[in-house]
Amino acid sequence: MNKWLKNHIYLLFLLPGLLLYGAFMVYPLLSALVYSLFSWDGLVRGGFSGLANFKTVLTGVAYKERFWGAFLHNCLFFIITFGLQTTIGLYLAVKLSRKRPGMEFFQTVYFTPYTLSMVVVGYLWLQLLNPTWGALTQGLRMVGLSGWVHPWLGQKSTALITVILVNFWRWIGFPILVFKAGLMGIPVEMNEAAIVDGANRAQIFRYVTLPLLIPTITMVTILTFIWDFNAFDLVFVMQGSSGNPHYATDLLATLFYRTAFGDSTTGGAAGEIGIASAIAVLMFIIIGVASYFGIKQMQKKEVVY
Amino acid sequence: MIDQTLLAKPDEGQRRRKNASAFFLYAFLIFLALIFICPLILLILTAFKSTREIFMNPFGLPASWSFKTFVRVWQKAHFNIYFFNSILVTLISLALLLFTSTLSAYALARFKFRLNNFLFMLFLAGIMIPIRLGILPLFILMNELGLLDSRWSLILTYAASGMPMSVFILTGFLKTIPLELSEAAKVDGCSEFGILYRIMLPLIRPALATVTIVNFVPWWNDFFFPLLFIKSEKLKTIPLGMSIFFGQYTTDWGMLFAGMVMASLPLLLLYIFMSKQFISGLTSGAVKG
Repeated sequence: MNKWLKNHIYLLFLLPGLLLYGAFMVYPLLSALVYSLFSWDGLVRGGFSGLANFKTVLTGVAYKERFWGAFLHNCLFFIITFGLQTTIGLYLAVKLSRKRPGMEFFQTVYFTPYTLSMVVVGYLWLQLLNPTWGALTQGLRMVGLSGWVHPWLGQKSTALITVILVNFWRWIGFPILVFKAGLMGIPVEMNEAAIVDGANRAQIFRYVTLPLLIPTITMVTILTFIWDFNAFDLVFVMQGSSGNPHYATDLLATLFYRTAFGDSTTGGAAGEIGIASAIAVLMFIIIGVASYFGIKQMQKKEVVY
Repeated sequence: MIDQTLLAKPDEGQRRRKNASAFFLYAFLIFLALIFICPLILLILTAFKSTREIFMNPFGLPASWSFKTFVRVWQKAHFNIYFFNSILVTLISLALLLFTSTLSAYALARFKFRLNNFLFMLFLAGIMIPIRLGILPLFILMNELGLLDSRWSLILTYAASGMPMSVFILTGFLKTIPLELSEAAKVDGCSEFGILYRIMLPLIRPALATVTIVNFVPWWNDFFFPLLFIKSEKLKTIPLGMSIFFGQYTTDWGMLFAGMVMASLPLLLLYIFMSKQFISGLTSGAVKG
């Protein structure tokens, strides 16, 4: 026994980690799959119901509109964030990675909001954007642009984009940071060789830097996708669990929250566990498929010189 | 003479163009910096103002720099309790995570056994899957274990969700340490635990720091799990406590902003004084992930 243990001492090393990870991560994630296949009565599991919960979410009268609406909002969330960070963010990363005075300072400043809690970010911007006494409103009035003042978070046409931009304000420091780290990792000889060949700056960026940076960009994109399809806190804090006004900022995670734990705004019935689990599984599938193709793409595009 | 002017002309133009582009670059960078920093400055200034002052003088300096509001937030709005809970939960989660992930990573990096690769992949899979998607079963599990509305529900969730990234970082790091080091120790009669504790631990300190930073920020700021797990006032962490506090003091803006400043200050100060470690920790976590 003693000898066996000595040969398998690694089991002792693995035990605490596997217990913790298995019980509180693997088990809940796998159970979510199982939950979605059963009918539920409150916290009590009923009979096996196949894909009925999925059918309710995707085609049922009460859920169809909400689910596809939230899905669309998550897509916009991702597309706008991705679009901005791979243009402005990448541009800034390139500029900040050059050796010029002050670049470290700007880097530090741009990253600062990332250290704030989403709850603080949400409330801060809720105050700043308030249409009667918010600082932005008052500022616009002071410079004679009162016509620009809108209840950005209160009207359907602008609420979602405002939330997305507030999220972007907090987030952008992270992609810049990672892009910059990626740029710093590109060997100087690469650029020097291109200069010797007579390439100009734009050409060097397009044909040397960018291909080498694609894995980093893909990685950041995958992380952004996962994060944006899980976004919850900001909408919950700023727009409530129903994504006001009238579901204009509703996301998959807030829909899930309402379905699973009840709607705090209406005090509606809580705990549609089967249906909520189906929503979670659909989110899981969306994230899983996107990450899979993202990683595939990354491996394909990885350039070896 | 003529040659010189011919040579100087394009140089001059080029230099001017270069100067102009540098000027525009800095103007753009400063403009962006203002977008990032102004809301934060406003946040701090407003915390020192009375409601009347906020209305009359939204952008100026406060009339007096009194910390009265902060004291009120600390005592009346229970921020002392929230801080205590946030610190306790974050520190115990970190201790648990560092303990379990170091042991697991050591086993995966140093021992050859049949399931090694499978287990490593099992841990790795968790990097891409947010634990939030398993919240319902997790909620029911916590309920069955009698851990709902306790700090342990948060600690166990955080530590478990931190495992994938931490095991990944630590395993990678441990593999770079030459085998000869531990073999020499083994010859000297050191046990496996002794090797890990006495020889490896001091060497993997940078990786442990990375694991700490990668997890500390999201845990400290987490709102989702406390929202679902914690009901008692005396167990609330800062983000959850703050959201309640916002509901109670919707008209007392001085209090609101003081609360936000106090909630943000620990990480902000940590970031300002350790931005190098912060940045390198977060990027290595992300790039390797």
